[in-house]
Amino acid sequence: MEHIPLNFPFLAAALLVGISLYILIFKKNLIKLIMGIAMLAAGVNLFLVSLGFRAGGAAPIYTNVTEGPMVMPVPQALTLTSIVINVAVLALMLTMAIHIYRHTGSLDSEKSRKMKG
Amino acid sequence: MAALITHSPILIIAIPLLAAFLTLPIGRAGGKARNVLVIASLAFVEFLVIILARDIYLNGIHIYTLGATSPELTLPGGAMVPIRIILEVDAMSIFMGIIWATVSLAAAIYSLSHMARETGQNRFYTLLLLMVAGCFGMIFTGDLFNLFVFLEIASISGAALIAFRTRFADAVEGGFKYIVISAVAGLIFLFGVGLLYAQYNSLNIGFLANAMQYSTLDIIALTLFLMSLTIKTGMVPLHMWYPDSYTVAPANITAMLVITSHACMYAVFRICFSLYGITLDATTVGWIIVIIGLLTMFVGVTMAVFQTDVMRFMSYHAISQMGYMWMGVGVGLAVLGNPEALATYGRDAISGGIFHILNHAMYKPLLFMTAGALFHRTGTRDLNKMGGLGHNMKFTLILYIIGTLSIAGIPPLNGFASKFLIYESVYQFNPVLAVVAMLVSIITLASFTKAFQSAFTGPQLPEYKDVKEVPKPMLIGMGILAAGIIFTSIFPGLIVERIVNPATDALINQAAYVNGIMGGGMP
Amino acid sequence: MIESPSGFWGPVVWIIAAIVALLIAYFIQRRGEKAYKKGVQSETFLMGNPKLSEGETHIRAHNIYWGFFEGLKKYYVPTITAHTGIINDHLIWLIAGIAIVMIILFVAGGI
Repeated sequence: MEHIPLNFPFLAAALLVGISLYILIFKKNLIKLIMGIAMLAAGVNLFLVSLGFRAGGAAPIYTNVTEGPMVMPVPQALTLTSIVINVAVLALMLTMAIHIYRHTGSLDSEKSRKMKG
Repeated sequence: MAALITHSPILIIAIPLLAAFLTLPIGRAGGKARNVLVIASLAFVEFLVIILARDIYLNGIHIYTLGATSPELTLPGGAMVPIRIILEVDAMSIFMGIIWATVSLAAAIYSLSHMARETGQNRFYTLLLLMVAGCFGMIFTGDLFNLFVFLEIASISGAALIAFRTRFADAVEGGFKYIVISAVAGLIFLFGVGLLYAQYNSLNIGFLANAMQYSTLDIIALTLFLMSLTIKTGMVPLHMWYPDSYTVAPANITAMLVITSHACMYAVFRICFSLYGITLDATTVGWIIVIIGLLTMFVGVTMAVFQTDVMRFMSYHAISQMGYMWMGVGVGLAVLGNPEALATYGRDAISGGIFHILNHAMYKPLLFMTAGALFHRTGTRDLNKMGGLGHNMKFTLILYIIGTLSIAGIPPLNGFASKFLIYESVYQFNPVLAVVAMLVSIITLASFTKAFQSAFTGPQLPEYKDVKEVPKPMLIGMGILAAGIIFTSIFPGLIVERIVNPATDALINQAAYVNGIMGGGMP
Repeated sequence: MIESPSGFWGPVVWIIAAIVALLIAYFIQRRGEKAYKKGVQSETFLMGNPKLSEGETHIRAHNIYWGFFEGLKKYYVPTITAHTGIINDHLIWLIAGIAIVMIILFVAGGI
């Protein structure tokens, strides 16, 4: 574990967020757009969890507490909440994509729009 | 009664939440029982908001710590950092709370007859009560992550309500755009919260305001907060999803969604004034907010003149009026570091912006509901097909005229009172802003006259010969808002002195906000 | 009564002034033409043109303010094409906005 640099999780989170921004801008298929949002959520959740890491820390459980420092528990709670919210949001988006396909017959973000101007 | 006042912040959030979950089983007992539950819970929430407002104007900031032994115990056992989720209700929060309670009550009464022919009404009222709870949580909270959670609750239920009538293709498209924009904005907001947590190890707004040094990561966090809440509010140039979503929703849901975007604007003000306060670069951030407000006013109204769909037309006007509020408060933010300018015109500019929030929250839902009344009786939203409806729908005509005179800023209605404050104080900051604001006001009147001529005046067309007036619940819902408009028009001084000026002082006074949290000490 | 930096606004005063003005207008109208037949003198004067149906004489919404739009064509055509309705474009505006505001805040903070 010692030879992985300490900000490696942050680089991974930045990479995930960057790829998801590319997907959101350039991909026209609605399902790919939803996958891009899921990847953005994964990137932000990884960023939140890795904020709490303290070097050499143990899991923050109070029964049978071990000696030494513990990692911070608050970011873990934040990440769990965020994962649950994103599950609900993704389910809603997929349902709406099904309805859009039934109405317009296409999943392209340019061909399935009815409103502009 | 004192116990009710002490626990009212959490009761105001919890009662709609509980009623939302009870709607589904009680709805099986019949439509009437469910309607009684919805209206009763919203009326009780309105009562709680009013008694809490009285208490705050008398006694100052009201703190509620969730899960502690006593509600004001923010720093238990002599701790240096506030623990647990803390709801902090000051005069600005309860101002937004009064608006939200009244508009959601009026919208719920309106939907008793507007949605009467739809199926799945139990789920509709569940989602409506969830949105009420979510927005109250966003307004009352004193904690950044809690703001994110309630923002997402309000967004999810709002998107489901927009797409509720799935038989219309454009309704589902509008709901899809709303949930995609809300999800991306919420995740960007969460990234900013993470950045602030990384530096200061706390999520509480009061504690962060105390510990804030304006480092590089704080600047990045500020722009992430500002931009994610800007797109949720619908300011130009990030506004293009807004008319698509707000056109296709049922009319009373659009009325409630406008107030939800006001709550996102409230979150921007809370972050700029109470979280960052004087540590931020007030001139630059203030000018950014003023420029966004100016663009919004102008682009919003010029696009609105062009529209022929009545709900889309009203949505563009909602965008344009939000520009007034941003410009007023932005001028106040730009002179925040300059105490003499703040006393001369800065405070009046913020007061004008906040008073405009109150006025907008009364006339915009009224106008959306009249557009919904037109849709309810004629079955179309297209202004090209309507004509001469004023002969049959007389009450809707009067309410539409009241709304038009108010939005265009014609004396003696309340729109003029708040625009007067904004013009007078913004002129001293930079005259160009006041000139553009007046021009926008004139074009607003012109566009509403166009819609009035298309829909209401003219000869009675043969296809609308037996169009009747809208049912009574819709008239009562609109009447509540119109009564509020007339009351505010006749007594603007009273409203400004009792409700708006305390809110302005609460925004400017960052020290009082911090003291509310850090001053609550040992048991 | 609202006080502002350079004036005041009192709606009660305005309403009283408006009622007085309307009363003066009403009294001027009462001194007018007494021999007015309702209905005969307010019909449209068609001068031999055919009488159209009501649907055809009512001006529709997309025709109103035609001159305003023609005069401001240079502003309107790019603005309306910019409102595409494609969701990818909405997100491009968001990311461009974040980038621009971040650059402005860093540059202004550094100066």
